[in-house]
Amino acid sequence: MNTIGLALAAATGLMGLGVLIALGTGVRLRAAATGTCTALIGVAGIVAGVAALAGPTFAADLPFLIPVLGARLAVDPLGGLFTAVTGGVVTAAAIYGIGYNRGRHGQRGRAAQALTAVFAWSMIMVPCAASVTTLLATWELMALASLLLVVAEHHRRTAVAEAGRWYAAMTQLGFIALLLGLVLFAATAGGDSFDALRAADPSPARSAVIFVLVLLGFGSKAGLVPAHVWLPRAHPEAPSPVSAMLSAAMVNLGVYGVLRVGFDLAGGGTRWWWLLVLAVGAASALLGILQAAMANDLKRLLAYSTVENMGLIFIGIGAAGVLLSSGAPQLAALALAAALLHVVNHASFKSLLFFGAGSVLRATGTRDLDALGGLRARMPVTTVLFAFGAMSAAALPPSNGFGSEWLLIQALVHGIPAGGVVTAVAIPVAVAVVALTAGLAMATFVKALGVGFFARPRGDGAARATESPAPMLVGMGLAALACLATALAPATLAPALARTVGTTTGVAGDVIAGGVTVRLTATTSTMSPLVITAGLALAIAATAMGIVLVGRRVRRRRAVALWDCGGGVPTARMQSTASSFAEPLQRVFAGVLDPETGVDTASCPESRYLVTQMTYRRRLSDRVERRLYPPLATAIRWLSGIGPILANGSLHRYLAYGFVGVTGLLIVLAVC
Amino acid sequence: MSLVKLFQKIRSTGRIAEPSQPGPGGLACPKAAQLGGSVQLRHIDTGSCNGCEIEIGSAFGPVYDAERYGARLVASPRHADALLVTGAVTHNMAQPLCRTVAAAPHPRIVIAVGDCACGDGVFADAYGVRGPVSGTVPVDLRIPGCPPEPTTIIRALRGLTGR
Amino acid sequence: MTPAALLVTAIQVVAVVAFAPVVVGLMRQVRARLEGRAGAGIGQPWRDLRKLLRRQPTTPEGTGWAFRLAPLILMGTTLVIAAAVPLLTTAPVLGPAADLLVVVGLLALGTVVLALAALDTGTAFGGMGASREMMVLALAEPTILLGVFALSARTGSTNLGGIVSATLDDPARLVTPASLLAAGALAVVVVAETGRLPVDNPSTHLELTMLHEAMVLEYSGTDLGLVELASSVRLTVLLGLFASLFVPWGISGAGLAGLPLALAALAGKVGILATALAGTEVFLAKLRMFRVPELLAGSFVLALLAVCASFLLA
Repeated sequence: MNTIGLALAAATGLMGLGVLIALGTGVRLRAAATGTCTALIGVAGIVAGVAALAGPTFAADLPFLIPVLGARLAVDPLGGLFTAVTGGVVTAAAIYGIGYNRGRHGQRGRAAQALTAVFAWSMIMVPCAASVTTLLATWELMALASLLLVVAEHHRRTAVAEAGRWYAAMTQLGFIALLLGLVLFAATAGGDSFDALRAADPSPARSAVIFVLVLLGFGSKAGLVPAHVWLPRAHPEAPSPVSAMLSAAMVNLGVYGVLRVGFDLAGGGTRWWWLLVLAVGAASALLGILQAAMANDLKRLLAYSTVENMGLIFIGIGAAGVLLSSGAPQLAALALAAALLHVVNHASFKSLLFFGAGSVLRATGTRDLDALGGLRARMPVTTVLFAFGAMSAAALPPSNGFGSEWLLIQALVHGIPAGGVVTAVAIPVAVAVVALTAGLAMATFVKALGVGFFARPRGDGAARATESPAPMLVGMGLAALACLATALAPATLAPALARTVGTTTGVAGDVIAGGVTVRLTATTSTMSPLVITAGLALAIAATAMGIVLVGRRVRRRRAVALWDCGGGVPTARMQSTASSFAEPLQRVFAGVLDPETGVDTASCPESRYLVTQMTYRRRLSDRVERRLYPPLATAIRWLSGIGPILANGSLHRYLAYGFVGVTGLLIVLAVC
Repeated sequence: MSLVKLFQKIRSTGRIAEPSQPGPGGLACPKAAQLGGSVQLRHIDTGSCNGCEIEIGSAFGPVYDAERYGARLVASPRHADALLVTGAVTHNMAQPLCRTVAAAPHPRIVIAVGDCACGDGVFADAYGVRGPVSGTVPVDLRIPGCPPEPTTIIRALRGLTGR
Repeated sequence: MTPAALLVTAIQVVAVVAFAPVVVGLMRQVRARLEGRAGAGIGQPWRDLRKLLRRQPTTPEGTGWAFRLAPLILMGTTLVIAAAVPLLTTAPVLGPAADLLVVVGLLALGTVVLALAALDTGTAFGGMGASREMMVLALAEPTILLGVFALSARTGSTNLGGIVSATLDDPARLVTPASLLAAGALAVVVVAETGRLPVDNPSTHLELTMLHEAMVLEYSGTDLGLVELASSVRLTVLLGLFASLFVPWGISGAGLAGLPLALAALAGKVGILATALAGTEVFLAKLRMFRVPELLAGSFVLALLAVCASFLLA
């Protein structure tokens, strides 16, 4: 048993200990003790993952764990990367949770605390599974634990129950798709271990069915359009540390699944698979960021931004598959490395942002951007850290979000000559989607930061906010450190990425070279976030120096009232709100978003020209959801109406069914 | 008007601006010393009959072209070095005038434009009028006239820019 | 990083910062002459700046560090861009660290910082300006990146020095449809990014029609001076970059020998572009706010055509 095995065993032991502590201790000690256990599970995950990325692999057969089929574990660099990322998010979220659970929105109950540990453990184990049975078992454990955590606050808000119903339905449908796909795969291979699946060679039609089912299953967990509908409901309604785990760690496992099955087990497949992935990713990125740009609820905005980022990651994966099947392995490796780097970066900045949103919720009692504002003075540390995360999410240089988008665009830009007319059309469109997404992400996070944290408070909660306690700040600080490290030195991740890409696609060799300057082996482009940061710091310092030199005799800065056009100091209600900030974009994209807007006017009884009150209302529902799901529900209801006709209670009829069924089966068997 | 016609119009019109007159020589007020050939102005109408506005408008029009001497109208008192106040100060505009003056950074120059603003216009004792500009905020420079001619306004502004 | 490259880059940054207000002055002068005015002379923006940089800055109540730091960060990003793009030399010091995508990102960073500062004031005009500016930025972004794509796909690099050198080696690629379409698309984007007509009117006094200007209504004195200097440097750098990409002749290599010629060539090219831009503006009115997306969509189509042409007609 090597480091990886020890770390996984430790994680399992800690999970058991955490559950015991959660169930056994009193309410005062519970959150801190279980939180510490969960944080240590995360640390164990980081250790296992980093060890797997560094070289040694690990495999274990545990036949006693699952009856008949047994459990199999194996950690290779691909699994290791996702285990490490999950471990990092879990550690930060658990430390943050220790502080968060003390507040008014905290979850101090036995079940919630025990489930957090189970959820964290199951997420770490999913990438370690090495057979279909083990994968499905850990996957379902993760889904159930997360579902119960999502509905933890159902007695406080009705929206939670609705979110829980959506999540339950979608996660189980996704599970069925996965089950069907993977069982079909295992049946073809004649064994359920991943080694057997790798050796299998299913017919193109069958592998296509398998891939589409698996994509549906894993894609619904990653929040890909059109199976994303649960995500913007469930992620915001969960307690904030859990939101971070869902949005920064659990969605990644959908990415992991598609990579594992598509590249590793099924061996790369054909080009249309990856064009499909590319198309789904592009649709998710655009729809996600458009909805995020319109959202007024801070956590819902972040959840839609997760849909967007998953879309970007799947654009990278799709491009990697297309390029690989077009005979450009170096560029494919670059695209995949970009996607994987974005997984790491997204996990770090999204957990930071969800922590920030949780701190705001705890301090103000609201997530509504229209009722926030003015937090920079009352929550200075949270504001600075959130600003840092927002800069990454908006992909502004020199943040880590910019680094991975830079890599992605490099892969796309140089990939066009690779493979005929299909790529010549698909890749420019993908670049345009990435670019539009980047632009809209800037507007979205300027809104989140500028309207939510700057200016003056627009609500009582925001006016009375106080800074978060130390554990929450430490959790946020850890996430911010991860952002900083990946932003300034992405090249340090290069060996890990190269190894992961190598085990996934079989393309050996470094993708990214160089230390301070990022050099690509596939193209001649270079970029250096460290030098840019140093340059920016130098330029800002030089400017400040210049100002001091030029203005030696300048009068001191004077505090003045806001410029009010002479009409009296503007009140907080006159500030730009999230809705008004998003209005121009809403108009531009009205054709896509299809918002319902209107102005209600109330006038005096004497004359309708004497208006007493005007109200602007806007309702923006998810168009994909509105167009797709109600017809689906109607169809299911119609189908279920057939049930009573078929099963009307007549014994004769049931006997007839049995007879027809058995004879039919015999005929089929006789013919085949 | 089509592009070609507009182009022909521009060519046939040529230069409209009248030749530059000799400047006043020297600065009109000590605060103008640090402006160094550039003055940005914010205009405030505190109760004018709009006669002065028309004159200011033509002072900045193509014929008189006050911009050639470094003067420019701006949109915010924060950007302004000097405030052009026109009209007798009415009761309703007294407070907005104070607020606008307070919003401008130091050192700021208040210019009273026209007889009403300077204190002896036709509306001097009207019931809605509080008094001249100097009764509400300190005035640095006066431009008399009812209304003052564009050349008078420009001459005063050149006293600020020193050009 | 050789001392010569460092020196050339330093000269490039100083030259750009020193001449940026003159470029703005030239544009105002051209416009004034076409309107029949005498004009204030091309040195007027420098006089304005000299005065503003020495004037008292104000801090409105209720604003915080975002408002205070924005002018410095904006100027900082602008200086880094000036040290990264090939204007005088094809090998500026920051060239390998900051490719075309980084330059685009840093331009966006400057705009975002200013938009945040505008939101920080909490005034109606600030919020409105920020919201509109972000809309234009979001819609200009796809065009820029597709333009980058069209220019760099055949060079195999997004590094600006590489693109310019490749064009110098093979000038025939400038007259390909891909290059011409990309030039058209990027011209529209330069106009949008620098807030010129018909997207924004830099000399408007009416708050409701403002984009860029509405964001800086609260700044005064030194802060305002920095913002104005930064926006003039951005204009100059973008015009210079446009010239380097599509008319690269005269630019010097890594050494010092070609520097005088490069300075003269840059001044000439930027002067001609600025004159042309100002001359065009006389014939244009500002577009209605919600017609701007149509203009940007048009430039996007041009850029997409450029990419397709670069592949299909290669």
